[in-house]
Amino acid sequence: MESVLQSVQGFMYPNEVELQWGILIVLYPFTTGLVAGAFILASLERVFNVEAVKPTYRLALLTALAFLLVAPLPLQLHLGHPERSLEMYLTPHTESAMAMFGFVYLWYLMVVLVLEIWLDYRKDIVLMWRESSGPTRWLYGAMALWSDNISPASLALDDRIGRALTVVGIPSAFLLHGYVGFIFGSVKANPWWSTPLMPIVFLFSAIVSGIAAVMLVYMVTAWWRERAFDMGCLDTVARYLFYAFMIDFSLEMLDLIHRIYEADESFRALDFMVHTRLYTSQVLVQILAGTIVPLGMLGLVQLVQLSEKARRRIYAMAGVLTLIGVFAMRWNVVIGGQLFSKSFLGYTSYKMNFATREGLLPAILLLILPFVILAVLIRLLPPWKVQRHGAGVSG
Amino acid sequence: MSGWLKDKGHLARMAGLFAFGITAFLVFRWLMVPAGFGLYGHYRAGALDDAGARPLHYAGRAACEGCHTDIVEARQGSRHARIGCEACHGPLIKHAQAPTEVKPTRPDGRVLCVRCHETNPWKPKGFPQVKVADHSDSGPCTACHKPHAPKIS
Repeated sequence: MESVLQSVQGFMYPNEVELQWGILIVLYPFTTGLVAGAFILASLERVFNVEAVKPTYRLALLTALAFLLVAPLPLQLHLGHPERSLEMYLTPHTESAMAMFGFVYLWYLMVVLVLEIWLDYRKDIVLMWRESSGPTRWLYGAMALWSDNISPASLALDDRIGRALTVVGIPSAFLLHGYVGFIFGSVKANPWWSTPLMPIVFLFSAIVSGIAAVMLVYMVTAWWRERAFDMGCLDTVARYLFYAFMIDFSLEMLDLIHRIYEADESFRALDFMVHTRLYTSQVLVQILAGTIVPLGMLGLVQLVQLSEKARRRIYAMAGVLTLIGVFAMRWNVVIGGQLFSKSFLGYTSYKMNFATREGLLPAILLLILPFVILAVLIRLLPPWKVQRHGAGVSG
Repeated sequence: MSGWLKDKGHLARMAGLFAFGITAFLVFRWLMVPAGFGLYGHYRAGALDDAGARPLHYAGRAACEGCHTDIVEARQGSRHARIGCEACHGPLIKHAQAPTEVKPTRPDGRVLCVRCHETNPWKPKGFPQVKVADHSDSGPCTACHKPHAPKIS
């Protein structure tokens, strides 16, 4: 008890001293945000016909799938009894936002992502099925559902359905991440979370993080394959990142100005928290290093003619800083919302363990896992053109 | 494959796969969800019978007051009047069922009273609190206070 109370400053109610939600719950909105953002970027090419971002289209879909597969794992680790999460599907409570979200997750995974990827890759899958042998042949055969019809008419049908799925996928992606903000925004007992702007802010920061992640993945994969960067593509993706970031930053500032102007009974306590316990993660990391600096860098590219090399470096640095900034935003929402007392008279601290079920180590592993899955997916379903024996170039 | 399904065969297979998945889920749900779930609310109806079959431990205030009328009288109007008998004396259904055979033990005031009345800054200011170590020597609380009507004797 004594050691626990050492982290307390002022007055805390007994149930507020220890944080219930740790770094894994920070990771959850971060990963789902990457999914939603990556999908929105993919939809630019498919629905809005932005040809310049085509090289990132498939990569964005695979990135979204890799992160979506990992997204529920932080929650499973957080639960003392992960097997009970199945109850959410078996006996869902219609009044529970989390239970209903389980179905949104399934819809998004199976109907939007898996189906869209399958339709887009079907021709490649069939060609790889024809060319491969042994277990690989069986795997691609299963993925093609043992249907090798890649006639122009069937592919045109796939394209039409894929486009329709993307159109449906955009509101689904908005719903997927808007929900995560909704979960926090609807906690009316917590003034740090309770704002109707929360789903919107979460959504736009998700779009920002997803675009930044796909941009970085594209750069890393091009560098790894020793291929020249498609600068037209990179410039366009960076421009969309800049626009989305501007909207996201404006919304966050609007939320901040609204809180300062409204100055309700919680304001002094929250203001004190931002200037003390959250100063590093909120002011320095999220706002300064994670928002203003990358926004300035991306804005600079829009205003000044820079060399290709300089632009590449700026995009890489801005992308990394953006991801750090969005992660810090999730941290400040989740952790920050638990650091102050409902009495507004005291503050606690978050003590993060390392090699425990909810510690830093599993969080790091869960951040690495999507990239391992992405590497496997890229190996199975190369998102770029592949030289084929006797079949020309496909993809 | 020919006719209408000519270029839609792969989609029909995918639709079949989805149909299989949904059917498998429904069968799994049918197997896993216990009978009677949702009959009265969002819980298993049989849970009520299970709870009812568990052994009782508490007799309830009415059972105590039926015999101990002197205590009922003593508690009237006191600050302890609304506290349940078994909150201090513990679960006593066995005593209620066999009053002469099973006798409850008298609670130790140095443990019981302190549980509520030891000074603690989390408690409301108007709540009677004492620092037990400073308040009395090792004597029993009941030497000065009547537990059922806690005024100074």
